[in-house]
Amino acid sequence: MYSSQLQTFVYFLGGVGSLCQEFFSHLSLKKIDRDLLFEQIYQIGARSLPLVIVTAVSTGMVMSLQFGIGLEKFGGKPYVAKIVTLSILRELGPVFASLMVAARVGAGIASEIGSMVVTQQIDAIRALGTSPIQKIVLPRILACVITVPILAVFANCVGIFGAMIVGITELNLDPYFFMNKVLENDLRDFSAGFFKTFFFAFIIAIVSCYLGLQVKEGTRGVGLATTKAVVASSIGIFIGDYFLTKLFWVIEQWMYY
Amino acid sequence: MDVLLEVRHFKKKFGTKQVHRDISFQLQKGECLGLIGGSGSGKSVLLRSLIGLEKPDEGELFFQGQNISNFNEEAFIPVRKKIAYVFQGGALFDSMSVFENLAYPLRNHTQLTEPEIEKKILDLLQEFGLAGNEALLPSSLSGGMQKRVGLARSIILGPEVILYDEPTAGLDPFNTRKIEDMIQGLKKKGTTSVLVTHDMPVAFQVCDRIAFLKEGYIAEVIDKKDLRQEKGLLHQFSQGEIP
Ligand SMILES: Nc1ncnc2c1ncn2[C@@H]1O[C@H](COP(=O)(O)OP(=O)(O)O)[C@@H](O)[C@H]1O
Ligand SMILES: [Mg+2]
Repeated sequence: MYSSQLQTFVYFLGGVGSLCQEFFSHLSLKKIDRDLLFEQIYQIGARSLPLVIVTAVSTGMVMSLQFGIGLEKFGGKPYVAKIVTLSILRELGPVFASLMVAARVGAGIASEIGSMVVTQQIDAIRALGTSPIQKIVLPRILACVITVPILAVFANCVGIFGAMIVGITELNLDPYFFMNKVLENDLRDFSAGFFKTFFFAFIIAIVSCYLGLQVKEGTRGVGLATTKAVVASSIGIFIGDYFLTKLFWVIEQWMYY
Repeated sequence: MDVLLEVRHFKKKFGTKQVHRDISFQLQKGECLGLIGGSGSGKSVLLRSLIGLEKPDEGELFFQGQNISNFNEEAFIPVRKKIAYVFQGGALFDSMSVFENLAYPLRNHTQLTEPEIEKKILDLLQEFGLAGNEALLPSSLSGGMQKRVGLARSIILGPEVILYDEPTAGLDPFNTRKIEDMIQGLKKKGTTSVLVTHDMPVAFQVCDRIAFLKEGYIAEVIDKKDLRQEKGLLHQFSQGEIP
């Protein structure tokens, strides 16, 4: 009963794997078309910024409020500053920024490439003696890998800012005290979250490009690919998050102790 | 005469459907071969295979005496510069202007400077009656104009062979006429071509030979001089008597 789904899944992994291989075989400096890359950095990075900022600010504010209310009963309000900023740096900032990009950019990439397949533009790229990997896939993956970490840094900053605003105004915490707690987080906490985003970005881009290229026919195919791209890259982020957290934890142990 | 392109025992199937059972033909330098057949008879797949957009299941393809059947994407690049494919719908890049579409092959395959590229494109647009449209996006062109721009983009590198996939399908008489003139003009310049079409008058006008594709075989090949008195499959097809 589940065997056909399992088969589809294995087939999907194989397809993404071979697209990865093609990506790395095309990855050389002289093959990168700078105009295409900048265009994608703008489309993927700059235009996702407002969404990422709104998500991060509200997450920071809500977390601060929730922990404030929750910990007040135990007289633990002062701990809010540390708890919230630590969770943002290590998890929420990078993961939420990546999820927002998965939703916005994953869908965008899959539907754009899917429509290009349907209207034979991908075939035209090949027929004109050029490579869709180089012209379409490479700029999108690189743009994602370059911009998502930057977006995550923005998310961290504005998320902490949001937490601080609520901490000061609603929870009546002292601004200097809050700021000190924020600065107590060190490079370890920051990089544990930050370095995950490179992998998230790669997952989003490669999965979405693959699903776009796999569109066979018609607008229905494009719609399906779009949905699948968002679902698959989000799941990829969640699963990846666990293992990457574990991995970075091991690396931290090894580096600092 | 020189054989430029040759197909030997081409077979291709999709799923359980054997589309091509055994296709063989040769294309002489400078000739125009018409390829006629019902829809779904595999004309597009056959054309696509000639530039490696599809892989044959069995059989060989030769271009300039070289067996290209097992070429990979990389190896097909020089072949694709010499064999142009004119897509049915134009297949223009919809995010780029007409000018950028035409500049694409030049920027990727030639060392021309920007002014040279610009001159070449404007001349070509002039020649094809498309002058003044260079700044437009494909979506703001009519279907006929899109096809003409698509044709212009395909041939801008000066290919030796041109594969036309239903270049006049769905066009008004004016655009059909324009496309026909473009094809005739290119033929006069000595390019070899394969013309897939349902448009009998155009095929009769332009082609030196016409092959009729049916049930996975080339059922009939007719020379231009015999076209008028031919009463076989092609005649029946053009009269709408067989699918
Ligand atoms: N990528 C594909 N996957 C499955 N079937 C295909 C594919 N491409 C073509 N076919 C099938 O092959 C047959 C021939 O297609 P095609 O060459 O496009 O026909 P036409 O002669 O109308 O151009 C059709 O029946 C089509 O369904
Ligand atoms: Mg066709």
